[in-house]
Amino acid sequence: MSGVTILGLAGSAIILLALFEMMRRHRLREKYALIWALVALLIVTVAAFPVLLIRTSAAIGLEVPANLLFFGASMVIMVLTLQHSSELGRLEERTRTLAEEIALLRLEIDQHRSAAAGEHDVLHPDRQQNETRE
Amino acid sequence: MSGGTRAPRVLIIVPAWNEQDSVGGTVAEILSAVPGADLLVVDDGSLDLTAVRARAAGAIVCQLPFNLGVGGAMRTGYRHALRNGYDVAVQIDADGQHDPHYVAALVDRLGGGADTAPADVVIGARFATPDDPYKVRGPRRWAMVMLAAVLSRLARTRLTDVTSGFRVSNRRAISLFATHYPAEYLGDTVESLVIAARAGCTITQVPVTMRARTAGRASHSPLKAALYLFRAIVALLLALVRDWPAQIEDGDEAIAHREVAAEAHPQEVQPR
Repeated sequence: MSGVTILGLAGSAIILLALFEMMRRHRLREKYALIWALVALLIVTVAAFPVLLIRTSAAIGLEVPANLLFFGASMVIMVLTLQHSSELGRLEERTRTLAEEIALLRLEIDQHRSAAAGEHDVLHPDRQQNETRE
Repeated sequence: MSGGTRAPRVLIIVPAWNEQDSVGGTVAEILSAVPGADLLVVDDGSLDLTAVRARAAGAIVCQLPFNLGVGGAMRTGYRHALRNGYDVAVQIDADGQHDPHYVAALVDRLGGGADTAPADVVIGARFATPDDPYKVRGPRRWAMVMLAAVLSRLARTRLTDVTSGFRVSNRRAISLFATHYPAEYLGDTVESLVIAARAGCTITQVPVTMRARTAGRASHSPLKAALYLFRAIVALLLALVRDWPAQIEDGDEAIAHREVAAEAHPQEVQPR
């Protein structure tokens, strides 16, 4: 077994083990686990059968098979990072909406409380005066 | 609420972030200049006494749990306006730059007149008259001119100051901004206008004179001005290519009306 094969197998084994452990501890949602599992399986396949990589790169016309590996790896990482950015943006938008809703709810509670606390509305002293005048 | 021609219910929204030194004065001035309007200060996660001073000065205060930026504060304000059935929302900065005595003119412009069409959004704009004392130079000026030119084309009217934070919206624009008001850079001014124009809102402006800021925050470093120009271009391009709602959705409006009805007549909705 060549050093490359051992490295590839060890790397994918570590990813798969980490995946399993994180899923078990509820630290990873299944939709992300699926992507990482696919990545790990791809590494296992390439590590176990390097001939696949060599044949593919020859078919495309690449002289050094490692270049195909690097290209593929960087593409996978890019796509994953992009997905995380978009996921982060969505979460930010949701926290923003929640923060706004909380602020409005606090305001409403304040108003109810002060309306219940006494005759005069502390928050709308002007309006209260107008209403009593009418 | 009785029918007939009642005065429009006006909500003035003042986004404030760490403005404890100016917010009290601004609130007091607005309340005396615009009697009959409700005043909501949206405290954008301030770490100082902004909320306390605004409340003491007589404003309704809505406190965001953390800083969201002007866009977040404004959307909160527009949501409050929508849910409480206000007819007009006015946006005024807390730093005292905007003279509240113009509010009446801006609100009047919404309805149009003998020779002017009604509008959905009215901007209180600088640079509209040649003798405007407010002067901006260098890259910052170029950015403002470029933004104004693009927005004018989009809105099919002459706009001179699209980065103004002084503006008035009617019910239609309120229901749009309550859902779509970006929290990103220049989103509160430029991008929200792009959204309004694309949604079919009529945008126009009324010339106003703005005062110099009481606290000297506007930077005059050329590097910062250049960065401003660059970011303005990026923000504008993003706003133009983004997929915003083509028009105000019926669904949103239906929900808005239901919320408004529930707020205005709670006794009818609640079972006794």
